[in-house]
Amino acid sequence: MIYLDNAATTLRKPPQVIEAVVQAMSALGNASRGTHAVSLDASRTVYQARVKLAQLFGCRRPDHVVFTCNATEALNIAICGAIEPASHVITTDLEHNSVLRPLYRLQAEKQVELSFVAADRRGNIDYADFEKLIRPDTRAIVCTHASNLTGNMVDVARVGHIAKKHGLLFIVDASQTAGSVPIDMEAMNIDILCFTGHKALMGPQGTGGMCIREGVSIRPWKVGGTGVQTYSQTQPQQLPALLEAGTLNGHGIAGLAAAVDYINSVGIDAIQAKERFLTRRFLDGVSRIEGVTVYGDFSDGQHAPIVALNIRGYESGEAADELAETYGIATRPGAHCAPRMHQALGTAELGAVRFSFGWFNEAEEVDAAIRAVKELASCG
Amino acid sequence: MRVKQLRLIVTFHTTTAAMAMEKVCAEQGVPGRLIPVPREITAGCGMAWSAPPDARDAIEKAARVAGIEIDGWYELIV
Repeated sequence: MIYLDNAATTLRKPPQVIEAVVQAMSALGNASRGTHAVSLDASRTVYQARVKLAQLFGCRRPDHVVFTCNATEALNIAICGAIEPASHVITTDLEHNSVLRPLYRLQAEKQVELSFVAADRRGNIDYADFEKLIRPDTRAIVCTHASNLTGNMVDVARVGHIAKKHGLLFIVDASQTAGSVPIDMEAMNIDILCFTGHKALMGPQGTGGMCIREGVSIRPWKVGGTGVQTYSQTQPQQLPALLEAGTLNGHGIAGLAAAVDYINSVGIDAIQAKERFLTRRFLDGVSRIEGVTVYGDFSDGQHAPIVALNIRGYESGEAADELAETYGIATRPGAHCAPRMHQALGTAELGAVRFSFGWFNEAEEVDAAIRAVKELASCG
Repeated sequence: MRVKQLRLIVTFHTTTAAMAMEKVCAEQGVPGRLIPVPREITAGCGMAWSAPPDARDAIEKAARVAGIEIDGWYELIV
């Protein structure tokens, strides 16, 4: 099978990641639950993972790296825990439902008002809109680093500058970029960076987290056991314990730490360069095919490794099914949990077929996918 | 049973701070090890750094270098 659904999850993981999980499952106790050897080993493993992720994302404090089970959980904690009721929030049409639904929930339950920076038919936003939408009661900007549908990237440093200038909380969804695009949350003025472990970071599913800038206050949505301050009736106020009630996914976190080691050994710039090469190769190949419509804007070279398209004569699900059944190529059709972006692109009815590339893909696989699209387009 | 002796006990608000202390002490050759927080300090749970009493200056310096917030200092026979 040719796996081109890396925006959903990376299928191939570095062997070191698998080995680390297997080793952890046979040797680690419960982190923060005692001082016997295997519990301490778990605590050490989790701590080292915090240190590595803090370094990777430019977070000054390893204890401000909080583990969650995915980016959705991190975004829920950040959005529901840091945004005040009856305030105003700015977000964009590029967002995934993991941002939109927590915001819609605040709108329905906490009188939060939302404004959207609109995307045009190519998925681009106008950065001036952020400042135009700011009101006296605006408290936060929440936005993705890259659209999970088209791969269009948001210049988060530019948005972070606007947020800082106006004293707004800035929450970033790095689901499609963490691991394959350099991120420095301090330089980019990001207050809360939410990431998942199983996509470009190439770690296990069930891992993810958030990096929180010093001074940012978040109310925990869950409270419970932490291994510290047992007789306090309230959750410990210090990070990361404040937001980490319950046993952590220590086994997965061990794998995630190994994944960060792997990424550092290869170099994030090398990963980004290869993924951009594969994306450009595919784009160049399919753009020339009659009957193929590609969505998004690739003109500035800043792009996540995603190409979404439709083939004339096929509904997106049909095309993806043909690709899988006839050619053994795994892609993702449909709406991709990105309703506003599909509406902006005019694909809400049709959906789109998303091809997404990863570090372990090769040019030959891209070429095979181009040939398959060409064949389908010729008989569509 | 081990012979009890006077030890300097350092407590932390979080396990993460305790792990940071273990790491920086190892790097700087500061003596000690992590133990369960003694009952005399709190009936809760958590871990503490146990070291010889004369290691206080070295521990303070290590904590400062690593930006570790210490909850409390105790001298106990444990």
